[in-house]
Amino acid sequence: MAVNDLIDLNASPALGVPARARRVVILPLIIFVLFALVPLAGLWGSQGFVLSIVTRIMVLALAAMSLDLLIGYGAMISFGHAAFVGLGAYSVAILSSHGITDGFVHLGVALSVSFVFALITGAISLRTKGVYFIMITLAFGQMLYFLGTSLAAYGGDDGLTLASRSTLLGSKLLKNDVVLYYVVFGFLLGAYLLLRGIVASRFGRVLRGIRENPVRMEAIGFAPYRYQLTAYVIAGMIAAVAGCLLANQTEFVSPAYASWQRSGDLIFAIVLGGLGSLHGAIIGAAAFSLLADILSHYTEHWALLFGPILILVVLFARGGIGGLLGSKS
Amino acid sequence: MSIAPLQLKNLRKSYGALVVTDDVSLNIEAGELHAIIGPNGAGKTTLIHQISGLAKSDSGRIIFDGDDVSKLPMNARAKLGLVRSFQITSILPRFSALENVALAVQARSGSSFSFFGNAAAEPELNDIAMALLARFGLASRADVPAGQMSHGEKRQLEIAIALAAKPKLLLLDEPLAGTSHDESQRLINTLQELRRELPIVLIEHDMDAVFALADRVSVLVYGRIIASGTPQSIRDNPDVRAAYLGEEAL
Repeated sequence: MAVNDLIDLNASPALGVPARARRVVILPLIIFVLFALVPLAGLWGSQGFVLSIVTRIMVLALAAMSLDLLIGYGAMISFGHAAFVGLGAYSVAILSSHGITDGFVHLGVALSVSFVFALITGAISLRTKGVYFIMITLAFGQMLYFLGTSLAAYGGDDGLTLASRSTLLGSKLLKNDVVLYYVVFGFLLGAYLLLRGIVASRFGRVLRGIRENPVRMEAIGFAPYRYQLTAYVIAGMIAAVAGCLLANQTEFVSPAYASWQRSGDLIFAIVLGGLGSLHGAIIGAAAFSLLADILSHYTEHWALLFGPILILVVLFARGGIGGLLGSKS
Repeated sequence: MSIAPLQLKNLRKSYGALVVTDDVSLNIEAGELHAIIGPNGAGKTTLIHQISGLAKSDSGRIIFDGDDVSKLPMNARAKLGLVRSFQITSILPRFSALENVALAVQARSGSSFSFFGNAAAEPELNDIAMALLARFGLASRADVPAGQMSHGEKRQLEIAIALAAKPKLLLLDEPLAGTSHDESQRLINTLQELRRELPIVLIEHDMDAVFALADRVSVLVYGRIIASGTPQSIRDNPDVRAAYLGEEAL
């Protein structure tokens, strides 16, 4: 039951307590209104800098939120989720390097490739449980990372710089940072609403039930594997979308996007923000990015400080930052 | 007479050198409550695991409702109506009592590969679940997280969940385990009602309950059925007395 112990015990959107339900709506609303207003606030000063940071946060949040579907709602601790981000980013970079610059094609290819990769790796990984599942997803992620480093034609280890951002039906709209910002915002909001719907649906309820007690679910007639695999594919495809957006934001891709450290960052972010609430993943991604930025101003060993912070969160705030905010309001 | 809804044919199971189920053959007839008793370690729970599909049998066949279900996983057997409860309470602790039951209703009502709409608000699931809770005296506890209920309530809830899965036959693994006198009385009353509705295989340690409820009793010792018959014939069987019941129980 170690897997279940990792999952926070506070955030249970399923339990219909009205006060909590209201909080569950208010906090995400605040988050998205703030995100929507950021470009306006930027008008006073260094807009480019703020925009690029917050765009990056939202991209990370999108990937983290998809991982929350797996870990927070499905008790599937995937340690290779960054692989899907890498697939999305490389879809953009490789197609662009061959002159195919249309964003819709990029997105379509990223979704298709991640669908196939998730279906195959998920079908194999989900045959295992617990630590073995963690290790096998890690292995699949690293496989993709090393594939990236060996792609000499696309920069290998060094990665690949994009000639330009994706075009949208021939127009270069995305070159404008504010447009890119709102495109990312749109995807984040869309994915949030999609996932919020999924976790409350019949499918999501089965997934949450499997998290609580898989044997009980089998005993009433559910085959956990099919539901978990479906969730794995959905999460992988959303992370690939995040990869497409990341490539566009940085105009650069590298195998490091798919490395196990990036997978670890995603887990860090959702534990920090609070597992199993979706908006917790967004808060966690923001806190993670800002912490990294701020701490790195003071010391190059900033990563050393991350460990203790995570330990404190796990020990004293099982619901993460999202849980703390939720219980105050 | 119609064919027995559940037929066990030469079931075997061993863990290494330890034979846990040794050539068990048994028919559960329509409408009967069949109790399986035996000393600790006789293999009663393992037998329920084999029948329900939680554990694989080494050999032998399980015929349920005319179909050979021996190779089917537990979830497929449950869908056919072969539904079990657990010796150690098995519920979804963070789900409300209502949702615990509603999920079992959902398992037998339409597809669960539906990604939109709020499952917790579906009246066709909740109405059936609520009626079942009411039947077990848990209506006022519908919104309580199942993990916070009393032990006796959880035992009732577990039977309500099993019924929500539309069983054609119930496998109950020590439903009275760990309950207080009042709670077990309540559960016995529940079982008295249920036995009129569908065949039940009951594992139970409480001999008073067994002899009050069972139409037939089988005695399992070291994985073997040493006797099978009416409660009275089991009481009078000298082998059973020697192997299990001892003088004090009768």
